[in-house]
Amino acid sequence: MKPFISRVAHDIPPSGIRKFFDLVQDMEDVISLGVGEPDFATPWNICEAAIYSIEKGVTSYTSNKGMPALLQEIARYLEERFALRYNPEREIVATSGVSEALDIAIRTVVDPGDEVIITEPAFVAYAPCVRLAGGTPVPVECRVDNDFRLTADSLAECVTDRTKAVVVNFPNNPTGGVMGRADYAALADVITDHDLVLISDEVYAELTYEGSHTAAATVGDLWERTITLNGFSKAYAMTGWRLGYLCAPDEICQAALKIHQYVMMCAPVMGQVAAREALRHGDRERDEMVTEYKMRRNLFIRGLNRIGLPCHMPKGAFYAFPSVAPTGLSDQEFAERLLTEQQVAVVPGSVFGASGTGHIRCSYATSRENLQTALSRMEAFLADLSP
Amino acid sequence: MDEKDRLLLTLLDQNSRLPASELAELTDLDEPDVKDRIRRMEEAGIIQQYTAVINWEKAGDGEVSAIIELKVSPERDFGYDKVAERIGRFKQVRSLRLVSGVYDLELLVTGKNIHEVARFVAEQIAPMDHIRETATVLIMKTYKENGHIFYEREEVERLPLSI
Repeated sequence: MKPFISRVAHDIPPSGIRKFFDLVQDMEDVISLGVGEPDFATPWNICEAAIYSIEKGVTSYTSNKGMPALLQEIARYLEERFALRYNPEREIVATSGVSEALDIAIRTVVDPGDEVIITEPAFVAYAPCVRLAGGTPVPVECRVDNDFRLTADSLAECVTDRTKAVVVNFPNNPTGGVMGRADYAALADVITDHDLVLISDEVYAELTYEGSHTAAATVGDLWERTITLNGFSKAYAMTGWRLGYLCAPDEICQAALKIHQYVMMCAPVMGQVAAREALRHGDRERDEMVTEYKMRRNLFIRGLNRIGLPCHMPKGAFYAFPSVAPTGLSDQEFAERLLTEQQVAVVPGSVFGASGTGHIRCSYATSRENLQTALSRMEAFLADLSP
Repeated sequence: MDEKDRLLLTLLDQNSRLPASELAELTDLDEPDVKDRIRRMEEAGIIQQYTAVINWEKAGDGEVSAIIELKVSPERDFGYDKVAERIGRFKQVRSLRLVSGVYDLELLVTGKNIHEVARFVAEQIAPMDHIRETATVLIMKTYKENGHIFYEREEVERLPLSI
């Protein structure tokens, strides 16, 4: 009998948090630091704009690439905020979240047999998306002793004749690491010499706490070979709206648009209306949320180091990525026991690739009260481990 | 005043009972530094008072509040200041502002009942020199006070875990 499931679908591993998800479902009084989304509701002006447009009957398809009014706002925003220039008529596609942007970016550049280098620890979707396109993901480690940044040497070591692209994600999920201009400049020669495409997922760009975010495409000559991915979920607390975008030079963007029009038709119109409002009038609330994340980060990282879980200071995103090595437990054991014994949910670092082993990811996108309680429970957990 | 001072003010405006230790962690400062900054802002009159936001309707003691709007003739050399300072001395006046628009001064007045408020306006405020006109706006229900929403809202559940 022929199997119903394709080989590629069969071989994709299930998400590493499935087990924890099931455990948490049956428990009470759990404090979850396992959430990869803002705890804020979408700012009200953004919701209002969407509600108003629905009332007016704006509920249809839009042009494949997105509403021109939104694309123009995205182009203006990227230029003002990050000195990143894209032509809104030819070089930007609005997508259903950055998830879709990532998928079409990879399918745009990857042929079966191609290798794609992925910085690790990494968001869990990159490798499966490469596999779905018939490519081979190749992890490159970003080490804690280098503040989880990617170095030219480690990148160069991973490049082969079959390497087609590199996926980077800074500020990083799960480490909170960021890359500055000099860090990217150091990579530029390797990327250019081997004629690679750079896919840069910058969805956490606004959540940068020290200095300002560097958009990869603004460094040296990288623009002509970079696909920039960004979206509204994290910066504007809009995860459920499913709105992201892909930006790339004309030729790449038009190829990506072909895939987008066949698989998605267009991004949801309500999300597009909401996103436009976010870019037009959302700065203040966005900045207030970022300030709140930064304060929580200060509080939480100090707390982790105080109770004995060494943690580097993340410069972006909303994740702490402490080491659990001092406990002698593996990250899986640590996360499982912390959940069952103290009802605190965190994500084991190995979910994000082999180089995440020995760490846990704690999201501080939750209230300060929750963070304080989680710290006390973690402290109690550590005390029980070493009587 | 620097960025950290402003952050401290924002935090205290939201919750004036935050202990210095927590303020220090949130703003990434030392505790003595936080105390020093707060003391300086108190001395400079930037921080005036530490108070609670109270839903008096829920407390059920039946006090009433009203916004009183006044048209005032400004005085040479003093503008509205002298009149405002006189009005501000009344205990019943909880807040007092100079505003733009049809009226000049806006007061928040509280009293045991509507008669007490009405009598206060009619007998104490309206007859004062330079007051040309008054309008009393009774507050029926407070939905939001100093950034705090008073009505009940349902909690929205997020997924307990996501990547």
